[in-house]
Amino acid sequence: MKYLAIFSSGLLFAVGLGVSGMTLPQKVIGFLDFSGENWDPSLGLVMITSAGVFMLLHRRVLRRPTPLFDTDFHVPTRNDIDGPLVFGSILFGIGWGMVGFCPGPTVTALVSGQTQVWIFFVAMVAGMYAEGSLAVSNRLLTQRGDTVDG
Amino acid sequence: MEGFTPVLSSIGGILIGLAAVALLLVNGRIAGISGITAGVLHPTQGNTLWRVVFLGGMLVGAMLIRWLHPEALAIRIDVSNAAVLLGGFLVGIGTRIGNGCTSGHGVCGVGRLAPRSMVASAVFFSVAVFTSWLIRHVTGGF
Repeated sequence: MKYLAIFSSGLLFAVGLGVSGMTLPQKVIGFLDFSGENWDPSLGLVMITSAGVFMLLHRRVLRRPTPLFDTDFHVPTRNDIDGPLVFGSILFGIGWGMVGFCPGPTVTALVSGQTQVWIFFVAMVAGMYAEGSLAVSNRLLTQRGDTVDG
Repeated sequence: MEGFTPVLSSIGGILIGLAAVALLLVNGRIAGISGITAGVLHPTQGNTLWRVVFLGGMLVGAMLIRWLHPEALAIRIDVSNAAVLLGGFLVGIGTRIGNGCTSGHGVCGVGRLAPRSMVASAVFFSVAVFTSWLIRHVTGGF
């Protein structure tokens, strides 16, 4: 039951991306490119409606003592604005502005079978893997040194 | 789907928001696609299967789109394969260093009014606008 619900949530997410048109990099660029001839506000509308629905409904969910199939909510609690947050978002913004793909639409667009989508996906996974490996080795290094906060 | 699609984009946005709320309700997770995908690459005990199942659901949803609404997959990319490769790598590594992408920071984080997500979203949106302008209007292609 738990996994059927998670599966359905993923399915709905991808259907939403497809219906919204955000699987099309040309529509994303059509929004990002303000100086283009035919500016396309679609992406802005998708952000407003999706974040709006989440804003209205997530509070009700978080009022529950636990999620339906877990013991805790795993919602980020950090509030500090640090270097990695800004630096990582800059790198992401460059890649997104170059091609018009971000992770959700990329995964959804794989079924198009287009070569460029797959090139983007493989490169994206390689980038994620590279950062993950760096993070893991950093963690091992700090653990090996005598850290106070462990 | 070329040009402004107010009705479809609103419906799609609402579905995306509902899907993210559903994932939070079911297992208390934020629907950040970059984080969900990256978690599969470095699996940890008890924290991997739900990610694979969610991504599997996305692929089946994508197949439904291909079947019922194929114009959403008429993808046109206006840069070279080298740029696609570089862009993909930057999106992958950047979303991990910055802890999120358009879904985790943009939809869920902004929806939660989380300061980190609002800063991240402002940064990646403005950098993306600048980058897009630079390569399409200044350097004349990439």
